[in-house]
Amino acid sequence: MDNLSSENDTLIRYRDDEPVDHAAVTVDSFLDQSSASAVRVEPGDDARELLPHLDRLSLVEVNFPAFGDGRGYSSAQILREAGYQGELRAVGDVLVDQVAYMRRCGFDAFDPDAPLNEDDLETALSRWPEVYQSAADKRTPIWSKRHA
Amino acid sequence: MRILTGNDLKSGSVTWWTGSDWSLHVEDAVDVAGSEDEIARREEASRRVNAPYAIDAEMHEGRPRPSHIKDRIRALGPTVRPDLTLKPTDPDIGTWVI
Amino acid sequence: MYLYDQYDQAMVDARVAEFRDQAQRRLEGKLTEDQFKPLRLMNGLYLQLHAYMLRVAIPYGTLNSRQMHALADIADKYDRGYGHFTTRQNIQYNWIKLEDAGDILADLAEVEMHAIQTSGNCIRNISSDHFAGAAADELVDPRPYAELLRQWSSFHPEFSYLPRKFKIAVIASDTDRAAMRLHDIGIQIVRNDAGELGAAFYVGGGMGRTPMIAPCIKEFVPLDRLVTYAEACLRVYNRHGRRDNKYKARIKILVHEMGAEEYTRQVDAEFEHMLSQGIEPPYAELERIRTFFEDPLFEEDASADIDRSDPDFALWVARNTHAHKAAGYVSAVISLKPVGGIPGDATSEQMRLMADLAKDYSFDEMRVMHTQNIVLPHVRLADLHALWTALEEAGLGSPNLDTIEDIIACPGLDYCSLANARSIPVAQKISERFAASGKTEALGKLKLKISGCINACGHHHAGHIGILGVDKKGVENYQLLLGGSEAEDVSLAKITGPGFDEAGIVDAVETAADVYLREREEGERFLDTYRRIGMAPFKEALYG
Repeated sequence: MDNLSSENDTLIRYRDDEPVDHAAVTVDSFLDQSSASAVRVEPGDDARELLPHLDRLSLVEVNFPAFGDGRGYSSAQILREAGYQGELRAVGDVLVDQVAYMRRCGFDAFDPDAPLNEDDLETALSRWPEVYQSAADKRTPIWSKRHA
Repeated sequence: MRILTGNDLKSGSVTWWTGSDWSLHVEDAVDVAGSEDEIARREEASRRVNAPYAIDAEMHEGRPRPSHIKDRIRALGPTVRPDLTLKPTDPDIGTWVI
Repeated sequence: MYLYDQYDQAMVDARVAEFRDQAQRRLEGKLTEDQFKPLRLMNGLYLQLHAYMLRVAIPYGTLNSRQMHALADIADKYDRGYGHFTTRQNIQYNWIKLEDAGDILADLAEVEMHAIQTSGNCIRNISSDHFAGAAADELVDPRPYAELLRQWSSFHPEFSYLPRKFKIAVIASDTDRAAMRLHDIGIQIVRNDAGELGAAFYVGGGMGRTPMIAPCIKEFVPLDRLVTYAEACLRVYNRHGRRDNKYKARIKILVHEMGAEEYTRQVDAEFEHMLSQGIEPPYAELERIRTFFEDPLFEEDASADIDRSDPDFALWVARNTHAHKAAGYVSAVISLKPVGGIPGDATSEQMRLMADLAKDYSFDEMRVMHTQNIVLPHVRLADLHALWTALEEAGLGSPNLDTIEDIIACPGLDYCSLANARSIPVAQKISERFAASGKTEALGKLKLKISGCINACGHHHAGHIGILGVDKKGVENYQLLLGGSEAEDVSLAKITGPGFDEAGIVDAVETAADVYLREREEGERFLDTYRRIGMAPFKEALYG
């Protein structure tokens, strides 16, 4: 199973488990068949349709065909709010200036069209010392620290 | 004629393609008809200009004058603040713009 | 007013560092303009007609003298000695260099200011009533709720790449001084029959090319669920807002096409789900924020007398002050609309003077109005004459609040790359015309608003008289609109007919004003007369 990450040198994962070894199917295909454990959510898909089936999902890819289309952030939040624990991977036009928001919404893997500069990525992910909102990454919001 | 304009990447200043470089003065602009896309692509790639595009212009008293009022205001500065334009002391500049 | 703690400061400092890094990567060519554009916009940096333009947030329009001094210093150090106050209570600088932007943001952070989300497809600066905390007619000060929402909306991970920009206004008075129902979300703090405070949500208003008045989708959201309800409103918009056409991407189009009822149903369902998600700050956080907005120590026996023997002073008092909740005080408005001037512009010297006067006479506090003027919210009647004298000497004493000279105008084609026509010269000529004719006084309250393009930054849809600049085959042309209002009697103005050239539009405004003067009944404003007699008499006079 290691071959997946060696074949795909743009994949970045913040998980310890092994990546799923088969391709993700569309949401429609996934809902039609029971064998797939990886699904790809497009911007127009309603992630809530997946909620009854989270227990058989190991990988959800959320596609960002254009980085400015932010529907994928809500898709990710919705899955994590429902308790999805599997891999949540942002794919497509994923740029270093959006990854911090993506991590906050629960993404724990990135497979960008163009490789991310490692230094820039590290800088971006360590940028924010605090957060104002409660989100899928479960960081403690500022308001909680103020009233701890 | 077609002339090429953009903004300086660092300063944001309006600039015009002179055939070999970028100038703050529209009078220095040259006709780029036919080669506008190629120059724009090359100059943007070398980061000497930001977001270049070509506009229509005519020769006016021997110098290029943009055809549209928006580009003439862009070339000169705000009509309501002549002191901040490129030609703060030129009494005829109003008729050039409008 | 609100003061940052170490957390707020850490967030703006992080943003400064982030933007320095992003600007550097742009200058090095690691970011394309297409990639950089949304990032710079989320820090208020536009590429405008002449240069980069920086829009600095003034949250709910409130600032102190130290902050105003910093804005003046930025104007001198990085720009050309002036700034432009906007219709969303912000300030813009027109001549900024990209290589200076990081330093400017750092200077702003020093005084607890920023340019976060002043543009881009994200939640923008939260606006509010410019008389908040001072007005005699308010239920409570709306600004604590605006501050709560400011923090919630800053760097929101889920809602930073929305279909389109998103503007929120918060008021707490039945008198709407913030164009609340022309916002994506308008919130009015209200009291229910049980005596509890809550928030009424109006969603889907806006101006632009398709103006809409927001319907009330929820009459009462308890204050301890305010953030959660806003989050639900945004999630439904992020999911369903149109992304195929930027002109149909605002939430007003979604609410209109989906229907307010269905939109509300979906928001309520999302809200029910979100209640278990722990999104809402504890009520103690709202109480903490409220402590920053407690009343200053008003003098208990402040004199209610004013010596009005100087007629110029008396006129200014009559026009430019607003009733205060504390006896012996008023809110005083500094007009940035001198006759023939540029609406909303202030020089660095004027900014410093206003700052110093705020310190001397208004508990160190100022407000930016959406009408592009500055308020000193808490002025003792006993200090009014000294204040007015200082303003007069600096050319800031124009007694024209809410008159036809108090024109809202967008920057227009003089500065804006989106504009189709110039707005400022039209405003200048109209104020000169009416000041010279002496009709300003007779016309009374008359709101005139000018936009240089259909995007409506000059609020022309909401003017008693509105003017829209268009491009007619390369020539500036101006349409006249009548009957709009952004206030509690909100309405959208209608176009009178064919447009006019620049000289013609000034004449047309005077013609419309003359119809009002001829037709009005006792006590009627221009807007009231228009509503009673309709468009026909105006059309007849304009085109007949």
